[in-house]
Amino acid sequence: MKLFVYVWKRLAMMVPVILGTTFVAFLLLRLTPVDPARAYLSVSNIIPTEETINLVRHQLGLDQPFWLQYVHWLWQLCHLNFGISFISKIPVSQELVVRLPVTATLAVLSLIIAILVSIPLGIASALHKNKFIDHCCRLLAFLGASLPQFLLAYLLIYFVSVKFDLFPLQGTETWQHFVLPSITLALGLIATYSRLLRNGLLESLEEPFVLYAKARGLGTVALMGRHVLRHAIRPVVTAAGMNLGKLFAGTVIVEQIFAMPGIGGYFLEAVYHRDYPVIQSFVLIMAIVFVLGNLIADVVQAYLDPRLTQQGTRKQVE
Amino acid sequence: MLMSRLLGKQLVISVLTTLLALITLAGIFAPFLAPHDPNLVDLSHKLNSPSLEFPLGTDQLGRCVLSRLLYGTRVTLSLTLLIVASCVAIALIIGSIAGYVGGLIDNILMRVCDTILSFPSFILAICLISIWGVGWQQMVFVLITIQSVYYTRFIRGLVTNLRQQNYILAAKVCGSSPFLIMIRHIIPNLLSPLVIVVTLEIGWVIMDISALSFIGLGVQSPTPEWGAMINEGKSFLLSHPRLLLAPGIMIFCVVALFNLLGETLGGKKGTTKSIRKSKKEPVEGLGGTQ
Repeated sequence: MKLFVYVWKRLAMMVPVILGTTFVAFLLLRLTPVDPARAYLSVSNIIPTEETINLVRHQLGLDQPFWLQYVHWLWQLCHLNFGISFISKIPVSQELVVRLPVTATLAVLSLIIAILVSIPLGIASALHKNKFIDHCCRLLAFLGASLPQFLLAYLLIYFVSVKFDLFPLQGTETWQHFVLPSITLALGLIATYSRLLRNGLLESLEEPFVLYAKARGLGTVALMGRHVLRHAIRPVVTAAGMNLGKLFAGTVIVEQIFAMPGIGGYFLEAVYHRDYPVIQSFVLIMAIVFVLGNLIADVVQAYLDPRLTQQGTRKQVE
Repeated sequence: MLMSRLLGKQLVISVLTTLLALITLAGIFAPFLAPHDPNLVDLSHKLNSPSLEFPLGTDQLGRCVLSRLLYGTRVTLSLTLLIVASCVAIALIIGSIAGYVGGLIDNILMRVCDTILSFPSFILAICLISIWGVGWQQMVFVLITIQSVYYTRFIRGLVTNLRQQNYILAAKVCGSSPFLIMIRHIIPNLLSPLVIVVTLEIGWVIMDISALSFIGLGVQSPTPEWGAMINEGKSFLLSHPRLLLAPGIMIFCVVALFNLLGETLGGKKGTTKSIRKSKKEPVEGLGGTQ
């Protein structure tokens, strides 16, 4: 019940944040050195004359006062109308309906892979500190920090797809198409999560409750599963929540390489052509995903550590 | 690190620094070392295998891959130097003012930093590039803007700690001006943690530069840059993987060397953590970004 109230409180706190980001996303268009009307004309291959510029300004509502434009845009957003792409002249929302699921699948899949792999890895390296497995994890963490994602993607394509023909190269038709891109995105996460978990576990193992559990005669599995992991996984949960936004960001490169029709590629295409409605929508989606990721992480945290819901804010506990 | 325990910290540091110095020298003396002009298009030699004349072969336009790699070192390292130096300069000024003066200015500056840091840095970089346009100047500008936020927070934290030390109080009692205290007492004490962090961050900057150039938003194609070279070579992945692997290995080696050096310099203390992995934001992967 307390958790439920907590979730509602957090949801209510999201509203001003999201409103703020809509404003920033809207402001983005005003900050550009290029007049949006001119950008529109140049991608539409119309010669920018005084007359056409004025016409387009009127069409795009650019001749209205700033605040009115913002409110109008916000009102359209409430109806899930993200505007019309300058280039394809197709409503952005239509594209998003098709593309968002691809990106979301990719991001969530890699997050799941990362968590499933890094939990056993983290436990193993904490239990065998400074032994072989720990050094292997350290090496992995190091690789994750030094290998650019695009290079990893091509290495995977070359060695897994081309040499051994295990997974298909490009596209999104079957689940196999998602394997390599998700692994590409997951490797960096596995590296950080397993390190975070290892350090968290090593710290938790020093706590008095572990000594007590050991004194009660609990085996390693029960000790880890019931007591220590629950305590040590908290930094990983926070990191995972924050990473959801970053994963969406990572898809910009990965989708490009694996030719997946997700929002990352759509956004990149829009950046090349200064297709502002698309850029605005992408920024907005990223912000919402980011806020949502943090919200989910906080709720999971509250579930893992009930003290958080009782005392209200997180700071008091820490 | 296992390596520094086996070999001794000093030795590891000197080996890593020597390797990095060699790579830097190779970049500086690229015009003398490179066997060919990196931008010389010669279609009669296109996609040649490695030979005596072209040690690493040629690309789809007949350009010498080794020469392009050498010149690429130049491009990447000079851009990185430019970015990191500007960030440190900006952060030293803003960070030490915020940390030393404290109060309202500090609060406002840090809230602005928090807001910027809360967004994935790579997406932020692409968004800013989408506003300012595509090109290496814009990329450098964008990376400086974003990176200096990280540095500012880091330096501000250090200065806030230093400010409470007794010797600063002593200096104040002696009547030193804030400017003198900053130059004489605070900045020298910032240097050693700063060197470690800069070493670790250089790896990120190189990755960000190559990632942005790879997706075509940074250094543009005829200029030899590693990320852009990978982008050009990607169509030849199946037939000539070396076009892609050669710059890829260069990026990996340089980033790995800087990361290793940073970690070894930092030792086991908390300073080893990259500033991107501060308490506020525990994880940061690709540059940026990526």
